[in-house]
Amino acid sequence: MAISKDQVEHVAKLARLNLTEEEAKVYTEQLNDILKFAEKLNELDTEDVEPTSHVRPMANVLREDKSRPSLDREKALLNAPEKKDGMFRVPDVFEE
Amino acid sequence: MTRFETVIGLEVHAELSTESKIFCGCSTEFGAPPNTHTCPICLGHPGTLPVLNRRAVEFAMKAALALNCKIAEVSKFDRKNYFYPDLPKAYQISQYDQPIGQNGWIEIEVGGEKKRIGITRVHLEEDAGKLNHSENGDGSLVDYNRVGVPLIEIVSEPDMRSPEEGRAYLEKLKQILQYTGVSDVKMEEGSLRCDANISLRPAGSREFGTKTEMKNLNSFRNVERALKYEEERQARVLSEGGTIVQQTMRWLENENRTKVMRSKEEAHDYRYFPEPDLVQLQIDRSWKEEVKKSLPELPDARRERYMKEFGLSAYDADLLTATKKIADFYDQVAAEGADPKSAANWVSSELLGYLNNQDRELEDTRITPSSLASMIQLIEKGTISSKIGKKVFKELVENGGDPAKIVEEKGWVQISDEGKLKEIVTEVVEANPQSVEDYKNGKDRALGFLVGQVMKATKGKANPQMVNRLILERING
Repeated sequence: MAISKDQVEHVAKLARLNLTEEEAKVYTEQLNDILKFAEKLNELDTEDVEPTSHVRPMANVLREDKSRPSLDREKALLNAPEKKDGMFRVPDVFEE
Repeated sequence: MTRFETVIGLEVHAELSTESKIFCGCSTEFGAPPNTHTCPICLGHPGTLPVLNRRAVEFAMKAALALNCKIAEVSKFDRKNYFYPDLPKAYQISQYDQPIGQNGWIEIEVGGEKKRIGITRVHLEEDAGKLNHSENGDGSLVDYNRVGVPLIEIVSEPDMRSPEEGRAYLEKLKQILQYTGVSDVKMEEGSLRCDANISLRPAGSREFGTKTEMKNLNSFRNVERALKYEEERQARVLSEGGTIVQQTMRWLENENRTKVMRSKEEAHDYRYFPEPDLVQLQIDRSWKEEVKKSLPELPDARRERYMKEFGLSAYDADLLTATKKIADFYDQVAAEGADPKSAANWVSSELLGYLNNQDRELEDTRITPSSLASMIQLIEKGTISSKIGKKVFKELVENGGDPAKIVEEKGWVQISDEGKLKEIVTEVVEANPQSVEDYKNGKDRALGFLVGQVMKATKGKANPQMVNRLILERING
């Protein structure tokens, strides 16, 4: 399965990345190489193998519904490039 | 002009009333100062791992069971990827192809007609943060307290055919969820939220028309108003030969109109994939049965029981089952030995009337099921009249206490002493010859006036049936 330059541009847009024409071309080639490499897996016969979403043979890892103290707000905001009134400040995003 | 049929489906989100968040131990309490309920897990710091909250799973199962869904034996979580600042991880942990519940239904009633509305799915996911938009344009401010609060999303089939049905569905859904206790379902606090899909098609057509999605419907009234608005807009466009553009709109409450948010071409492409940080959820029969056993009697069943067992009217049964709190209270009054029909009257008219007028909740009053039941029994025994009953009732809601003692202390015991009442009746009849004359001339109302005068003279304590009889005897005799 090959990936087209249009698809690369679409994914870049979803990831909020601005690619130059040159970058889009390079990434298309590189991503195709990766896909081609992964295609090797198709050589395996998986006819009798159940599809799985997880490699660990585990289920129902659950915690009890108990609350515990949260981070101090100052700590929570420590990595924020910008903050105001105890909140993270981000560029205006009224339009979804 | 073509006649159109309206097709509506609703997506409802309900926050689950757990103590802690879905994947970490931060509190879910509403209204805390911004960013005081966060931790590296819900803030999406690298290297942290989510661990699923057992109660969130059980609440989702409980809701799904109450909505008549089939519970998945195997369920899993998926990442829904999108960039938006309300989501620090840049993906939301949700469920894609293996939701907890599927294929359910609820019954609604509009204009006396009952109808089943299908529930496509009930799935579990995490809530996003809250964006505060500043007016002066210097950026948006994000509060992550809500991020990771457990949500269930309930998706209906496109089974509704009018805005009224849409509203009825949402009201019924809220009532059922409120009975199960899994969510406090407050639209004004955002613990119950509704998005609506609506399309029109020529009457008789089987294919669906192009739909639009409406967001931000934050009250029952707004759901109905927005759907009506969009129904009319689409009908106008189609009648003029235009086509509907598939898009997402925001309902602007104050302007009574919708505003386009995004069209399909720019719509998010979520690229769902299985969440590698969480393992499978397996729900065996015994777990499911255990959760099923914790379900209370649901509103439809209770309504049915009130009509069948207690002989209540559909109207009274509706009033009493509107919330679980009132229904439970009523059941206890009846269980304490009060006649179920009088109990229904006292609860539905006096108690609900009082709560409405005073804008209070049941728990803010001092009345208990047993005190109301004793009061009703005092009326049944003839110790007090129902008129005095209202005074006792007021005393009970405001100050509480034992009705028998209140009646004794206040001297409210009904006067059933025939001799004493006869004297008063004589006085009243003699003082009102005109009314006696009127009654004899066929004006029945005049009798009511005379009874009223006796009640007044006894401060409402006279036994009304006895007064009625004595006046008639006096006039006719």
